[in-house]
Amino acid sequence: MNLLINMFPIALMFSAPIIIAALGGLFSERSGIVNVALEGIMMVGGFAAATITVILEPVLPGWAPWIGMLVGILAGLVFSLLHALASVNFKADQVVSGTALNILAGGVTVYLAQIIFHQQRTKSFTTGLAKISIPGFKDIPILGPTLFDHVYPTFYVALLLVLLTWFLVYKTPFGLRLRACGEHPQAAASMGINVYRMRYMGVMASGMLAGLAGGVMVLTQDIQYTLTSIHGTGFIALGSLIFGKWSPWGVLGAGLFFGFSQALSYYAKDIPFMAGLPQEFFYLFPYVLTIIALILFSGKAVGPKAAGEIYDPGKR
Amino acid sequence: MKSNKRLQLIVPLIAVLLGFVLGSIVIIVTGKSPGAMFLALGRTMTGIDFSGRADLNMRYVGEFILQALPITLTGLAVAFAFRTGLFNIGAEGQLMVGSLAAVAVALLVKAPPFIHPILGILAAMAAGALWASIPGLLKARFNVHEVVVSIMMNYTALYFVNWCLLQFGSVDRVKTPEFPPSATLKSHFLASITNGSRLNWGIIPVILAVIVFWFVVEKTTFGYRLRAVGFNKDAARYAGMKVEQNIVFSMMISGAFAGLAGAVITLGTFNFGRVLPSFEGYGMDGIAVALVGGNHALGVFLSGLLFGMLKAAQPLMQSQGIPLEITSIIQASIVLFVAMKLGIEAVLDFFTAYKRKGPAMAAKMGGKK
Repeated sequence: MNLLINMFPIALMFSAPIIIAALGGLFSERSGIVNVALEGIMMVGGFAAATITVILEPVLPGWAPWIGMLVGILAGLVFSLLHALASVNFKADQVVSGTALNILAGGVTVYLAQIIFHQQRTKSFTTGLAKISIPGFKDIPILGPTLFDHVYPTFYVALLLVLLTWFLVYKTPFGLRLRACGEHPQAAASMGINVYRMRYMGVMASGMLAGLAGGVMVLTQDIQYTLTSIHGTGFIALGSLIFGKWSPWGVLGAGLFFGFSQALSYYAKDIPFMAGLPQEFFYLFPYVLTIIALILFSGKAVGPKAAGEIYDPGKR
Repeated sequence: MKSNKRLQLIVPLIAVLLGFVLGSIVIIVTGKSPGAMFLALGRTMTGIDFSGRADLNMRYVGEFILQALPITLTGLAVAFAFRTGLFNIGAEGQLMVGSLAAVAVALLVKAPPFIHPILGILAAMAAGALWASIPGLLKARFNVHEVVVSIMMNYTALYFVNWCLLQFGSVDRVKTPEFPPSATLKSHFLASITNGSRLNWGIIPVILAVIVFWFVVEKTTFGYRLRAVGFNKDAARYAGMKVEQNIVFSMMISGAFAGLAGAVITLGTFNFGRVLPSFEGYGMDGIAVALVGGNHALGVFLSGLLFGMLKAAQPLMQSQGIPLEITSIIQASIVLFVAMKLGIEAVLDFFTAYKRKGPAMAAKMGGKK
């Protein structure tokens, strides 16, 4: 029980970027654009956040990581525009265009690191994002140490974003239009909705969220940005989106599930029957788990109908 | 149909051109000189130093062909799956289990010189095929998207292969013991004509693979069935073809090409198994090679050479002060431009119409597309 309580803050730390990036994927896929570039956008966002944090830390300690994350959001937004341009205007195959962005992200970030820092990674920042404890709440038995004591504020950010996404996608006219474009764009267009504009907005939202997720991940789980900082988290987020059946609450659950599976490897040596297993087993654990989750849930889950299809206004 | 064939050639060429233009712009914006990049590329391709000393070193050419070998194979792997309508982004992992199998055969099996590397190659192809059959089966049986599964399989392969390699006994936890001389693909002859480069007999299975790819895809009924599934699944099913079975076969053959690449790297370029800290990007290179090569055997062969040249020129660029990642930027832009094929075609149509019928008509036609 003690172990489980100790695991919570770490699991929440791992969950936050997965959830945020998966919400990004949700906006994009609901608008009808498959976004396998989440990984690459996270890399760009993580690089931008780390760079700004390193530069601003001596001047604005405390504020630097938050400004860093804002810049990460902006960088992700700009980078995702490439995906929108290619797949909305130039009718590119969305998976191929996303893959191109993933390759590009590795190139651009390390290239810029060499220009700015003269090495293949950013310089390391001193603190990154600080952990917080919420006075009052942290003394509640069980709930206090699991959710409110020495935790990164990023998980609260992720929760807020889940709520916001749910409201935007299901409770506003914007959300209804967005979903219509992902289900049947021609029908949406016949009702006077500008499909191109809605899809741009979906992709841009995914860029902002994935950029933020990258910043969150690097500033809480790393000491600097390197080429391997994101190591497949964007794809795990994509898996969470499918696993969570393209709904914000499902994404929250799936993200927590994958967060816990990663936290498990941190505590494996304290769990009797797991202590003897080789370290490599725990490294590959989250990835195998993603595959299993996909097998179990993907047959029943059906995504937005038109996601991945090139929009042809003349089709009936 | 006639213009389609022409576009198939023109679009990749335009994409490559735009990729280099964009790369040059990035270099200029970051305060370096693109001239150094083109000098490095020229030297890699011909061995000649164009910067004035006119000195010839065939070693550069040898290393250039060496770099082209594995990515031509991963290119064939990706292209083969593409022809069946599958996106095999898992060539990286299939390559890694392929090298593991090659290492196992090299270190554990005793065989005479000529036979030993062939056994290693066959084992690597089988391992790659087996690894690729998993996303294939999951796609066919449960309709799980092969992209996410393949990427998860890549990470699984990375850590799984590393653990296995360490079981062969390692002094520094970075590489396995060296292979016995009978197992290697190394060639004194090829090294000597290229001034001591690492070029090796791996070149022969690569050329064979290109020919086999062409023959299977274009000339056999099996290849025809695979292409039919790629063109239109429902029509293929209606014609009595076993779509699910073809998906699994296609992934397995694709994986065999990637596994072969693992054998060529392990038995040829190196002479030991390597424990890797992260991916080397052969799978992603393969995607670029396949797309630029239009998923055809000859095209893959040529674009394999192009991207092999970019890869081989990296150290020269880095020594000239241009970060070597510029090649990934160029490669990614080329992929992006090839992906925009329909868009580029629309622009080309616009210009052809403009020339023939004047601006007003062109605007009309451009708008239609």
